Amino acid sequence: MINRLKQWLGGGVPKSGTEAKRRLKLVIAHDRTGLNPEQVEAMRREILAVVARYVDINPEEMQISIENNQRITSLIANLPIRRSKR
Amino acid sequence: MSRIIVVTSGKGGVGKTTVTANLGSAIAKLGKKVALVDADFGLRNLDLVLGLENRVVYTAVEAIAGECRLEQALVRDKRLNGLVLLPASQSRTKEAITPTQMKQLIARLAKVFDFILVDSPAGIEMGFRNAIAAAREAIIVTTPEVTAVRDADRVVGLLEAYGVKRIRLVINRLRPEMVKMNEMLSVEDVLEILAIPLLGIIPDDKRVIVASNRGEPLVLNPETSLPAIAFDNIARRLQGEKVPLLDLMNPQESWWERLGQYLRKMLARLRRALRSREDKRR
Repeated sequence: MINRLKQWLGGGVPKSGTEAKRRLKLVIAHDRTGLNPEQVEAMRREILAVVARYVDINPEEMQISIENNQRITSLIANLPIRRSKR
Repeated sequence: MSRIIVVTSGKGGVGKTTVTANLGSAIAKLGKKVALVDADFGLRNLDLVLGLENRVVYTAVEAIAGECRLEQALVRDKRLNGLVLLPASQSRTKEAITPTQMKQLIARLAKVFDFILVDSPAGIEMGFRNAIAAAREAIIVTTPEVTAVRDADRVVGLLEAYGVKRIRLVINRLRPEMVKMNEMLSVEDVLEILAIPLLGIIPDDKRVIVASNRGEPLVLNPETSLPAIAFDNIARRLQGEKVPLLDLMNPQESWWERLGQYLRKMLARLRRALRSREDKRR
């Protein structure tokens, strides 16, 4: 009974204003690069290939994102290195 | 030197024409000479919002072609000294004129008028290029909706690429009660995403539609309204005056709005009580 009341009172599902902001940020970051998802994926693979030639990295741990700050868009790649090959 | 400002948005239906009409009237009220240029060739509407549709004889196309003098194409607003409209043609399409022709036309207007506001068509094609050709400043109109904000961002990028320096934002049709419920993007959200300076906020109001039904811009109505004050304030900010933003989030409420707020507060309290009770159980 209390659970039903809690469900009715909301919580759980984020409000649409929050959703709007989150989705907009993502779509605008991609709009600003002018790249489609396939191109982003191709770039991700190429970056990975280049970096892998020099250091040992785990492709699973790699994170690439496109983010905005003010009107500057940046590509952020996080590639944890296991160890140097040399 | 006269100010040449394009009013644009990317997305259609966000209120470019209404903003142009009201802002133009508000600037003219401050004693400036204002020319409103409808750059939406083929789909003109600025004449209708201003209530000048019956007085259009020639349009920008005839003036460019030399079929009439530029002064003949200008429709003077009899309600307001110093306000004129240069109508777009309705029969021809956006390809009827080029950005160069538009630039030359506006340069001629700039000799006479203090402010030239260009009402841009929706989209980012030829009509948009014509509208921004002569502009030194831009007013981006958006509503707090994902589609409008996304398109606004695209247009800001294009304006920057075309070298329009001063780009400022007007957020139209804000519904404070929805923002309070977090069911609408807030002004802060939109500013964070678009990252351009804010010129003003227009609250959503039925009277804006009533005004366009009648062809009488809201700022000319002797009965004052929140959106009219917002437009008047934007006109003053455009002239460099520092005018604080209207407090739309805490306006004078009617009793049922206060009742709604009271109920929401009680609900929040109940929710908190339930949560703490659950925490205790753990």
